[in-house]
Amino acid sequence: MYARFYRSLYRIRRVEEEIAKVYATDKIKSPVHLSIGQEAISVAVCEALAPQDVVFGTYRGHALYLAKGGDLLAMIAELYGKATGCTGGKGGSMHLIDVAAGMMGTSAVVGTTIANSVGYAYALKCQRKDALVASFFGDGATEEGVFHESLNFAALKRLPMIFVCENNGYAIHTHQSRRQARPDLVARAASYGLAAERIECNDALRLHERVTAAVATLRSEEPGPYFFECETYRWKEHVGPNEDFQLGYRDADEAQPWIEGDQVARLAALVAPEDRREIESEVEAEIETAFAFAETSPFPPREALFADVFTAPATTL
Amino acid sequence: MPSRSKLRSRSAFRGNQGADAPRSPLVAERRISYVDAVREATDQEMQRDPSVLLFGLDVDDPKAIQGTTRGLVEKYGPERVFGTPLAEDAMTGVAIGAALAGMRPIHVHIRMDFLMLAMNQLVNVAAKSRYMYGGQVRVPIVVRSMIGKSWGQGAQHSQGLYSFFMHVPGLKVVAPATPYDAKGCLIAAIRDDNPVIYVEHRMLHFQRGHVPAAAFSVPPGRARVTAEGDDVTLVGISYMQVECLRAARYLADVGVSAEVIDPIWLSPLDIDTIVESARKTGRLCVVDNGWTTCGAGAEIVAQVVERLQGEREIRVARLGFAPVTCPTAPNLEAAFYPDARTIAAAANDLIRGARQDWLPAERDELKDLEFKGPF
Repeated sequence: MYARFYRSLYRIRRVEEEIAKVYATDKIKSPVHLSIGQEAISVAVCEALAPQDVVFGTYRGHALYLAKGGDLLAMIAELYGKATGCTGGKGGSMHLIDVAAGMMGTSAVVGTTIANSVGYAYALKCQRKDALVASFFGDGATEEGVFHESLNFAALKRLPMIFVCENNGYAIHTHQSRRQARPDLVARAASYGLAAERIECNDALRLHERVTAAVATLRSEEPGPYFFECETYRWKEHVGPNEDFQLGYRDADEAQPWIEGDQVARLAALVAPEDRREIESEVEAEIETAFAFAETSPFPPREALFADVFTAPATTL
Repeated sequence: MPSRSKLRSRSAFRGNQGADAPRSPLVAERRISYVDAVREATDQEMQRDPSVLLFGLDVDDPKAIQGTTRGLVEKYGPERVFGTPLAEDAMTGVAIGAALAGMRPIHVHIRMDFLMLAMNQLVNVAAKSRYMYGGQVRVPIVVRSMIGKSWGQGAQHSQGLYSFFMHVPGLKVVAPATPYDAKGCLIAAIRDDNPVIYVEHRMLHFQRGHVPAAAFSVPPGRARVTAEGDDVTLVGISYMQVECLRAARYLADVGVSAEVIDPIWLSPLDIDTIVESARKTGRLCVVDNGWTTCGAGAEIVAQVVERLQGEREIRVARLGFAPVTCPTAPNLEAAFYPDARTIAAAANDLIRGARQDWLPAERDELKDLEFKGPF
């Protein structure tokens, strides 16, 4: 298990480091919201899910996309705006999707996909499907009305789903303490009737253990939903490839414990050195291939501008 | 001299009447209300397709959305038909999510004004998912909502806001005016793989008309000429279609022949039918059930002028809500809306080329429908 975990974590970290490196060249034609520092949440949850399970995420979605099995080549090509991208150059970094992998989309408008996750879970229930939904969002989203409306409905209908709040403490540059009178998100979720708990210190293994238990309960057709508040920390700026401690809204001292508790390093230490080297060299080769693929892929043809506004006409009598 | 307006019989309607339109005069016409047409379309589609869901505030309560959802929870059960929490934003998102998973939700709002709470999901997700995900997903949702009028419905129970949705690529918008179209358009909307904003008008709910019993569809993008004429083209949207047909009769009294068009679908819009009529008459008056600024009428007039400029001189007019918030006092409310007589007057001015200060004397049979609140 640790090897799988490590591969996923290392891969996401290294992909994003490469994105940050390439960003200065302006080849990436899309804003990027890097997950660096927060990867453990997506990996811990997705490692507890099955292929048929579905996730929805946010504009900070690279980690979730990759953790759920999204195609790496299609992701990098998408960031480059290429025809071979996961949306053919229509969505960019903030709208990654891989339907086959169960990565059903992300939104640039905070909180928006929470309700879509709930609807998807309602459909799964109607369809009697053995699948569940995990909905990812940040602490900022918990201030949006749609968060509260969605949790209420999900609890009312006892839906097979898991809400995952990645609490990195900041909505862009504003700390949670300046946005919420009471920061207890677990109490908030519990008040709607969800089984809710907090996972502290970005602890990937603890989160994985708890989500695995929740998934097992949901699969045994015990009703949900579940809510996890996952404490984590964003190492980079809100959007873009750089650090932003010079802005003054947070300082490097605050980041230090999170960097010391880096889950990539933690998992690395749990994998035998030779296995680690093998994983790392495979991932590096994969990343090299992905960026080369993006570089050499064509931009979408001009006529693609008008494609897919609507589906083809529906069948009529 | 202008000839008298020829009100077309139903069988002469242009556009697709559906395969089930009656062919034989021997078959007695089946007449039902707009409300029953909506209910019947929903029932037949829910029967045909188990993926159709129906939800919204009060769809399962005793009043059953003016009767349009009556009996459906009993027939299809509370999993497929359910009243929702008061959460228009999230429930719209729920509809979209369920659609992404293969369901066909119908989300009902008893007033269109409440759609303002759902704009993020409709504009940012429903309209865009197909495109921004590169054609990999579909969002087959129908959003039903009603425009209120009269008996002091007031500022927030009276708005016809469909032009908001016409503005956004990826949404279809339909505003059926007859029981026939109410049924056919709803069936078309439910079967459509794209999000459809389906707009009802409260005053139309009382209308009765011919509706085939079997399922049929009135597909997107086809307008209908509802009265033939030569002197002026009246385009009436939603309830204003009724007022335009009445206006045509007032105009006939003074020897003006009006052609009346019901666009039915506002997006995609059948501009060809309107252009063809305007090319013939040279005069176009669009009567909207909303404000004129940036409205559906502005769009229709602009498209017609773009097409005909340099080819045909054309005079145009837009009528719609007064540029104020809808008041509740009966006399102010009456002045807020165009009606058959003010439409006739505007059309007459277009024909004469100047303001005539002519207003037809009111005819009892062309008065507004009786309606008393509180709903």
